[in-house]
Amino acid sequence: MTILEIKNFGKAFTIHHLDKTLPAVNNIHFSIDAGEFIGIIGKSGSGKSTILKSIYRTYLPHTGEILYNSDRFGQIDLAKATERQVISLRKYEIGYVSQFLNVMPRTTCRQLVQNALLEMGEPGETAMIEAEKALTHFEMDPKLWDSYPNTFSGGEKLRLNIAMATVKKPRLLLLDEPTASLDQQSKMKVREIIEKLKQQGTTLVGIFHDIEFMEGLCDKVYEMKTGQVISAREEVAYES
Amino acid sequence: MHETPILRVRNLEKQFGQGCPDCKDKESRSLEKNYCSACGTVYAVRDVSFDLFPGEVLGIVGESGSGKSTMLQGLYFDAEITGGEVYIDHPAVLDKNVLELSSQQKRYIRNYLYGMVYQNPVHGLKMKFSSVGNIAEKMIAAGGRNVSSIEARSKTLLEKVHIPLRRMKEEPRNFSGGMQQRVQIAKALSNNPPILFLDEVTTGLDLSVQASVLDLIKQIQRDLHISMIVVSHDLAVIRMLADRSIVMLNGTIIEKGLTDQILEDPQHEYTQQLVYSLL
Ligand SMILES: Nc1ncnc2c1ncn2[C@@H]1O[C@H](COP(=O)(O)OP(=O)(O)OP(=O)(O)O)[C@@H](O)[C@H]1O
Ligand SMILES: Nc1ncnc2c1ncn2[C@@H]1O[C@H](COP(=O)(O)OP(=O)(O)OP(=O)(O)O)[C@@H](O)[C@H]1O
Ligand SMILES: [Mg+2]
Ligand SMILES: [Mg+2]
Ligand SMILES: [Zn+2]
Repeated sequence: MTILEIKNFGKAFTIHHLDKTLPAVNNIHFSIDAGEFIGIIGKSGSGKSTILKSIYRTYLPHTGEILYNSDRFGQIDLAKATERQVISLRKYEIGYVSQFLNVMPRTTCRQLVQNALLEMGEPGETAMIEAEKALTHFEMDPKLWDSYPNTFSGGEKLRLNIAMATVKKPRLLLLDEPTASLDQQSKMKVREIIEKLKQQGTTLVGIFHDIEFMEGLCDKVYEMKTGQVISAREEVAYES
Repeated sequence: MHETPILRVRNLEKQFGQGCPDCKDKESRSLEKNYCSACGTVYAVRDVSFDLFPGEVLGIVGESGSGKSTMLQGLYFDAEITGGEVYIDHPAVLDKNVLELSSQQKRYIRNYLYGMVYQNPVHGLKMKFSSVGNIAEKMIAAGGRNVSSIEARSKTLLEKVHIPLRRMKEEPRNFSGGMQQRVQIAKALSNNPPILFLDEVTTGLDLSVQASVLDLIKQIQRDLHISMIVVSHDLAVIRMLADRSIVMLNGTIIEKGLTDQILEDPQHEYTQQLVYSLL
């Protein structure tokens, strides 16, 4: 089953003080089956994050369609969905993880993961149990559970980020270079995490700089060509 | 998804002044920001429309003078509004433009459906009453008669906003700004309103107090599912609290959207300036 189909997608940024509209990506087509892991590679500035952020609607899509097969809404064009629909999808179906942790100040690691569940309407008891499970699953040192994450290392922050996103069991998870600032050992941990998510049937779209990292992990790798016009379908670097 | 908004605001207008031939006509008038230089009339809120959905926090940002407080005060009936319609999804006032209700009915809405936390605590609190007394006053206005249960509820609320028990009988004028804001929040919550207005609750507080007030608001949203309008000129506050936001300039809405979208992909020229100056 196709879970996401991107058709003729394009995004440009209008920068008023320069009086300019700068195209970022153009003419993007690709589709993703449920349970697949799609990797996106390409030079800096080629538009990888733009695609992910447009799917998540952090960026306002410009042209084309982003057809998502939703549990709650059936097929929905994310480019045109209402804000309230997007909020609901973010809560229950679509997750996004980057290398940056952006959270409420003075909230402990454990609370942050619990809150993700409470906001979905899970009862307090369940949220507590599931949060602990997630933190254990992602190998967060229990000593850190009740600390504030602003002092965490890059790898710890990232694992918390992934825990917050995945504890909600999203059907579609978008990963924007989550491993960018990590050492080899932490990267391997993230790889294991991703493997686990794949086994659980999560559909993943990920951007990684590191081709080695993606090897054997992604079902397909699409390469973005700078110059903006890509047809991802023909740019498959390899298919495993 | 057919959600019914709990609050529907349509074409809200608020002007200070009578207007003159130069500025009476909406289409042709030319204002200096929100101000008619011919007659001095201020068009503080102009054609503002939005929905507030159950359980959501809606952010309102905009520079000083953009009309944020005037709009909240209009919604809360503190000031006569010039025009527009406001509907609340509540059986008592269903399908009625609440701006046109009698003052008695407006009082009912203020006492039972709305809570307000003012930008300036002086407007929200009686500085010479005790903190418990301030909350009791609101509960009595809402029909509370049982003294011991009023006192018990006041204490629970003050505890919820982390005012130590031993200070509950104290007058808020002795309190720090952050504590005063928290007493205002407790007071606003005392009648379990489905709708809460918060005007710059964290402005002027130091960072750690700010964090605790933000945390409190989030907690209230999670536990009580109250719908909130949070006004702030601090984008960081809005980012933390609101899923959706509105940007105001010179009394009008220039942009609305998901909060992260407004911050990362602002569409309007003014919003872009606002966001670029963040970094
Ligand atoms: N919010 C934005 N406002 C204006 N321009 C943007 C914005 N985001 C991205 N762009 C522009 O769009 C183009 C694509 O950027 P994008 O971030 O998608 O690249 P990327 O492939 O993710 O690069 P990197 O590997 O460096 O992260 C760039 O020219 C960038 O400057
Ligand atoms: N009583 C009044 N008489 C005349 N003009 C007024 C009055 N109250 C407010 N204004 C004007 O209405 C406009 C909107 O003011 P308002 O207080 O709503 O702004 P705000 O967005 O809340 O600003 P801030 O961020 O500084 O709190 C301003 O131009 C202000 O000068
Ligand atoms: Mg990128
Ligand atoms: Mg104000
Ligand atoms: Zn005039």
